[in-house]
Amino acid sequence: MESSRPRELGTGLFVLLGFAALLFLATQTTDLDEYAGDEGYRVTARFEDVAGLKVRSQVTMSGVNIGRVERIEFDNDRLDALVTLRINSQFSRIPDDSDASILTAGLLGSKYVGIGAGGSDSYLKEGSELQITQSAVVLEQLIGKFLFNKAEEGDTGASPSVEE
Amino acid sequence: MALFRQLWNSQLAALRKLGAVVLFLGEILAQCPAAFTRPRLISAQIHNAGVLSLVIIMTSAFFVGMVIGLQGYDSLARLRQEDILGAGVALTLIKELGPVVTALLFAGRAGTALASEIGLMRATDQLAALEVMAIDPIRRIVAPRFVGGAISVPLLTAVFNAIGILGAWFIGVYIMGVDGGAFWSQMQEYVDPEDIGEGVSKSIVFGIAASLIAVYEGYNCAPTAEGVGMATTRTVVTTSIVVLILDYMITAFLI
Repeated sequence: MESSRPRELGTGLFVLLGFAALLFLATQTTDLDEYAGDEGYRVTARFEDVAGLKVRSQVTMSGVNIGRVERIEFDNDRLDALVTLRINSQFSRIPDDSDASILTAGLLGSKYVGIGAGGSDSYLKEGSELQITQSAVVLEQLIGKFLFNKAEEGDTGASPSVEE
Repeated sequence: MALFRQLWNSQLAALRKLGAVVLFLGEILAQCPAAFTRPRLISAQIHNAGVLSLVIIMTSAFFVGMVIGLQGYDSLARLRQEDILGAGVALTLIKELGPVVTALLFAGRAGTALASEIGLMRATDQLAALEVMAIDPIRRIVAPRFVGGAISVPLLTAVFNAIGILGAWFIGVYIMGVDGGAFWSQMQEYVDPEDIGEGVSKSIVFGIAASLIAVYEGYNCAPTAEGVGMATTRTVVTTSIVVLILDYMITAFLI
């Protein structure tokens, strides 16, 4: 039994090393702290079109991450998308007339919600709704519009455009 | 007709073997609670299967990580997307390469040792001697080895992933000049806890499969020198194939 001492030490070290590696993976390779609990407060915003926005997308203000998208639902009565945002509690002084828009990181990057500061004296709190919103820009629609305008430009004079 | 019969017989034999392995697993599991009452036996097997595999696992992991870093950088640089190297490397290692390569290396390093050890016990009638002494060889010999192996593989996989990511980081950030902040932040952006869960569940399944095949082949080998050799060979071949098939099936379920 004397000779098994170093072996047991080695085994213990190995198990410890394995769990340390697992801890390293869990903390260094993913953003676990953003999943930790539901601290912060929730506000809602209605959008006509949330194309591409996902649960856990970022909520940013001046480009700084201040929260996450928690839920995206379709409102049957008003026929628009109801998005619930969870904002970290340290950002507690956002004016309640701020606006929310769905933006894209880069040309084809992931969608996120950008909040632009308003000027009101009262602040957003649990359950507030952001009244001023701007929907996602869908690239296909943009290209469609652009092509349509181009075609219209080329037609000027030759035939009246459809809208007239 | 003869060909058909031969094919049919080989299918039947394969099916019979599958059934035998599953029954063997049941026998081992039934003895596991008893095995856990003697943790010293299990810790000795974790030492044999896990600690002694660490060197090969860590060396391979570092070089696998480095080569993914290099290949990933080369491919991504063509798309001007070097920044997502960290995410690509981490996902590749955690979800796929880590569990699979670890299981294959484990089969080569520890599975063969298990199979030949038990096989030699069979060939030299040590298992029969245990039975004569009213000691259940499955409880005393097989179950601790199976449990030790099944515990070791997930731990080895975690070590493999961590070292592999460090290897890729070394190549990508130090040698190739990818921005270190982007390497880690893109990784954290794209790797979800579910991805780690997928890798861990794979490694648990592979650990059970690899250990089970090794102890089964050893326990049921022909009691001759040739039989022990064949059992060792079959352990590596069967484990490799089973791990790769299981890998596809688990991925298809979890993705």
